[in-house]
Amino acid sequence: MDLLNAFVAFSNYVLLPSITYGSQLALGALGATLVYGILRFSNFAHGDTMAFGTMATILATWGLQAMGVSLGPLPTALLALPVGILVTIGFVLATDRLVYRHYRTRKVNSLTLVMVSLGVMFVMNGLVRIIIGVDDRQFADGARFIFTAAQFREWTGLQESLGLRTTQLVTVILTGLVVAWLHWFLQRTRTGKSMRAFSDNENLALLSGIDPERVVAIVWILSAALATLAGVLYGLDKSFRPFTYFQLLLPVFAAAVVGGFGNPLGAVAGGFIVAFSEVFVTYSFKKILGYLLPADWQPEGLAQLLTTDYKVAVSFAVLVLVLLFRPTGIFRGKSA
Amino acid sequence: MTEPSNETVSPFLIGEAMTGGYGGADILNGCTIAVEKGEIAVIVGPNGAGKSTAMKAIFGMLKLRQGSVRLAGDDISDLQPQERVAKGMALVPQTDNVFTSMTVEENLEMGAFLRRDDFRPTMEQVYALFPVLKDKRRQAAGELSGGQRQQVAVGRALMTEPSVLLLDEPTAGVSPIVMDELFDRIIGVARTGVTVLMVEQNARQALEIADRGYVLVQGANRFTGTGAELLANPEVRSTFLGG
Repeated sequence: MDLLNAFVAFSNYVLLPSITYGSQLALGALGATLVYGILRFSNFAHGDTMAFGTMATILATWGLQAMGVSLGPLPTALLALPVGILVTIGFVLATDRLVYRHYRTRKVNSLTLVMVSLGVMFVMNGLVRIIIGVDDRQFADGARFIFTAAQFREWTGLQESLGLRTTQLVTVILTGLVVAWLHWFLQRTRTGKSMRAFSDNENLALLSGIDPERVVAIVWILSAALATLAGVLYGLDKSFRPFTYFQLLLPVFAAAVVGGFGNPLGAVAGGFIVAFSEVFVTYSFKKILGYLLPADWQPEGLAQLLTTDYKVAVSFAVLVLVLLFRPTGIFRGKSA
Repeated sequence: MTEPSNETVSPFLIGEAMTGGYGGADILNGCTIAVEKGEIAVIVGPNGAGKSTAMKAIFGMLKLRQGSVRLAGDDISDLQPQERVAKGMALVPQTDNVFTSMTVEENLEMGAFLRRDDFRPTMEQVYALFPVLKDKRRQAAGELSGGQRQQVAVGRALMTEPSVLLLDEPTAGVSPIVMDELFDRIIGVARTGVTVLMVEQNARQALEIADRGYVLVQGANRFTGTGAELLANPEVRSTFLGG
């Protein structure tokens, strides 16, 4: 029984939050890794693209709510999501046309493009703050829980309990669907294959008649859609605050690099690795150890490796460790 | 300067009196390269003679200051490389000529990217020319041996059903046995009616299969003739073929 209690507590406080957060990071990292694989630069504006997409979705959600539209138990934001995605795609494609294309035609090196994306990041950063403000916003509505901790306790009679929030389930299901679709798209479709070819060997792709501008446009579309989805799911699960999204850039990039920058499958794995590390290292295991260890072995402290203030440092540490010991990432990406 | 050829019928592909370089000094100094339909022409010469540059110029990867390139009588001098692909030319670069992370079959599919018709028959033809590729179709091209990779590279180029195939040192870095096999395959490609123009370091072996050979020195034609003529020429032998 103690073992079961320990497992339930672990699931509730570590496993479930890690899987949810990991899914969100995975979606964010997928967008960043696609841009890196095709356009060959680290897009620093990716975190703010997530913020921009979430903002657009929140505005659309408010509109829907004002019209009295709702999705019942599901968050209205899911209905507004396509609008948010389209607006973000439009914005990102316009940025490409106005900014990135100029540098691309001049064939600047990737470090210059990183700096360009930094500039784009500041502009998006400011735009989001001007339009929606800097405050924390909750925009999740509908049923809050699939089942609550109290219900779980009632069913199982265990001392520990486990609650499953709607947003957690929605995050995991949507991430699964999107990752599966993206995998199919890249592996099976003519367009997807042409993108992999372009990422693999740009010159040969040109010799084969693959249109570079089309590939670039599709990458931006996918990355904008993935960023918006990641941002909205994160915002539903926690809350939307522009500054938090800016900070998400680090774990998102850590996830992409850990998995092998430029490798989509790696980005997904990286997302879960980073999320799990963050939650695991900053969680206090006192309660769980209480079930697992004999009474006189009980830890006196919280059995917490780092306080939650150091959450950001964890993704940084993971990033440094991977770059030190396996610079190409777990699944061999393009970064050297 | 070479004299313009006084042949009455213009060759299928000709880069005539080509002069140009990558900015700065000219690498090509009025060299002329021509191939007849369905034949194999080989460009040989010492390092730095402009062999690969001549081929790139014919494919449009190099802006010519003077001279012209004509394919089947049409002047294509101003066309971009991709437009020349659409005209029926295909180039196999010397290095990085396969998509290493993609399977052999995907490499061939990418070769056929511009085709909207059913390219299955062409793929079967490529597999018939290079049987080893059929066995390895599901394997990543990067996992293959050097000789097999070159076959993938040539196969990819053949997927557009080109009328002209340009090969830049197809046997670079492969063992002599593989080299002989590759040359056999290239003869096989030419027999299907594809015109082949290649640059080769292995001059002797290449000239043996060549209908026409060009010896370039400093970006200009030094010797021109059938492969057999050049192999028999004492001066070519002593200077370029090592005796």
